[in-house]
Amino acid sequence: MTSAIEAAEAPEAPLDVRPGFLRSKVLRQPQTIAGLTVLVLFVLIALLSPLLAPDPKAQVGAVFEAPSGAHPLGTDGGGADMFKLLIAGARVSLIVGFAAAVVSALIGGSIGLLSGFFGGKVDTILMRFTDYVIVIPDVPLMIVAAALFGRSLTNIILIIGVIYWTTTARLIRSQVKSVRERVYVKRSRALGAGNTRLISKHVLPQVAPLLIANTVLLVAYAIFAETFITFLGLGDPSLISWGRLIENAFTDDALLNDAWWAIVPPGVCVACVVLACMMVGQATEDSLNPRLSVGHLSVRRFGLRAVPRREP
Amino acid sequence: MSVLTVSELHVWFELPGGRELHAVRGIDFSVDAGERFGLVGESGCGKTTAMLALMGLLPPNASVAGEVLLDGENLLVRGEESAAPHRWREIAMIFQGAMNAFNPVQTIGDQIVEPMELHDFAEGKQALARARELLEVVGIPGDRVSRYPHEFSGGMRQRAAIAMALACKPKVLLADEPTTALDVMVQAQILELLIALASDFGLALVLVTHDLPVVAQVCDRAAVMYAGIVAELGSVDRLYHDPRHPYTRLLFAATPDLYGADAVGSIPGAPPRLDRELIGCPFAPRCDRAFSPCPTVTPRLLEVEPGHIAACHLNDHAVVAAS
Repeated sequence: MTSAIEAAEAPEAPLDVRPGFLRSKVLRQPQTIAGLTVLVLFVLIALLSPLLAPDPKAQVGAVFEAPSGAHPLGTDGGGADMFKLLIAGARVSLIVGFAAAVVSALIGGSIGLLSGFFGGKVDTILMRFTDYVIVIPDVPLMIVAAALFGRSLTNIILIIGVIYWTTTARLIRSQVKSVRERVYVKRSRALGAGNTRLISKHVLPQVAPLLIANTVLLVAYAIFAETFITFLGLGDPSLISWGRLIENAFTDDALLNDAWWAIVPPGVCVACVVLACMMVGQATEDSLNPRLSVGHLSVRRFGLRAVPRREP
Repeated sequence: MSVLTVSELHVWFELPGGRELHAVRGIDFSVDAGERFGLVGESGCGKTTAMLALMGLLPPNASVAGEVLLDGENLLVRGEESAAPHRWREIAMIFQGAMNAFNPVQTIGDQIVEPMELHDFAEGKQALARARELLEVVGIPGDRVSRYPHEFSGGMRQRAAIAMALACKPKVLLADEPTTALDVMVQAQILELLIALASDFGLALVLVTHDLPVVAQVCDRAAVMYAGIVAELGSVDRLYHDPRHPYTRLLFAATPDLYGADAVGSIPGAPPRLDRELIGCPFAPRCDRAFSPCPTVTPRLLEVEPGHIAACHLNDHAVVAAS
């Protein structure tokens, strides 16, 4: 903790009024940098896909052509360039992944927060409702919802978001219940703080790391859900996503043709995005919880080491 | 003129099953500006409850009676409506265990700012500058405002808790066990700080503790509480040298002496239960000088000398003569 000593010796240090997130070391950790790089790369690709891969569905070669100079990832069952399809697919997959995760986090977060903070009747009603949603089987509900509301991108996002909020709600509720009873929340109440302030100043910052970590996981689930909804033929048929690429490869018997390039790359892309989200999410959690960065027993932090025994 | 005058303060708690616990049974005291007043007694005698009643911060199953005059205005007359405008702005409290009541994910500065924002005292940069100033007042370098509670030691956290109580420039500071769980060196520093604050800012300080040496070191006057009543009240000097209630005497006898001349005494038994009506002197069963009227007749608070009152039949010549 050399910084503390330096701070003590420099009495008139200027007030640091930047928000905690920027003040922390989150942006200096290697895993954040790696995760953010990957994410930014994919987001850029998704944004620029109309320029990078115009008309991805056009037939440019033979069916299941192996990777070559002209087509770095070969062609799919329709003779379209896999590399271009992959670039075009990033857009829909990322939009569905992030949007559905945000919808889930919003619904689950609010229900968990209200339920845990107010307790009593509010808690009973909201939690029974959550139980009700939990027991509905996901896949049939998705099929019914897609059939009822039509196969559009917005509908897929809403369907995934509305189905996956339950775990978030339960998780946040239990955390809020414990935070609500902490002394500093009681202190703040004694100081005259109202519910809105208690929630926004004391409860939410405490559960935010959990919510963020959970949302990151939800991105992964949502991308998978988009994949299997599309796989079941319930996705928007006019849109290309990584899920649709896998589905196409499956229906076109890519495996029987030994065309690994039609199945592996979309899978790898999904895995990369999920991993990148995890790394960023974890680093954010560390920075939101200053306690994690000290670790009372952390040897490295204090520059301590096991001292070798010296012979006299 | 007293800043704070408490008269006939009663607090009841409603218990499940329709029973009632009479925790504070009519206490009276007053504190002047710049004066340091001690409230002593063993656990469960109603010290903390009385202080919370002054702040109007009792749980919903509590009811209060009596008068709490702050600059002549009664805080209890209209419940929350009359107490809320004064809370923190004029009467502030350092809660028991306040040093452990910091939010670990907020900076100390943000937390000292909180009472200022909540009571429209100051906000934004101005509030943060005041937080910095307050830290300096309690002896912490001002640049520590942006640090987190876990970066503070126990003594520093207690200082920060004091700074928080001072945020809105109160006239009365209630300190509930401010030195418990601190080592003696830090305890001495915190007590010196409280003494300095009382004289520098003209704060009326009410120090609640079970620790008699602390009271002796800090306070001008003190009240000894027993089972929800004031057993004896007077200047600390008179209480120590001429206790007029056996409880006060036994309490001082139970404090270790530096020279180890006398064995440390103890008071046998336990305080009475407060969930039933008390008859006679509540201390009678444990008193070494109890006599015939004690178990049946409640002693009156008598002035034994100017500014020194005690509730014991031994001071009432009429009662002593009659038995």
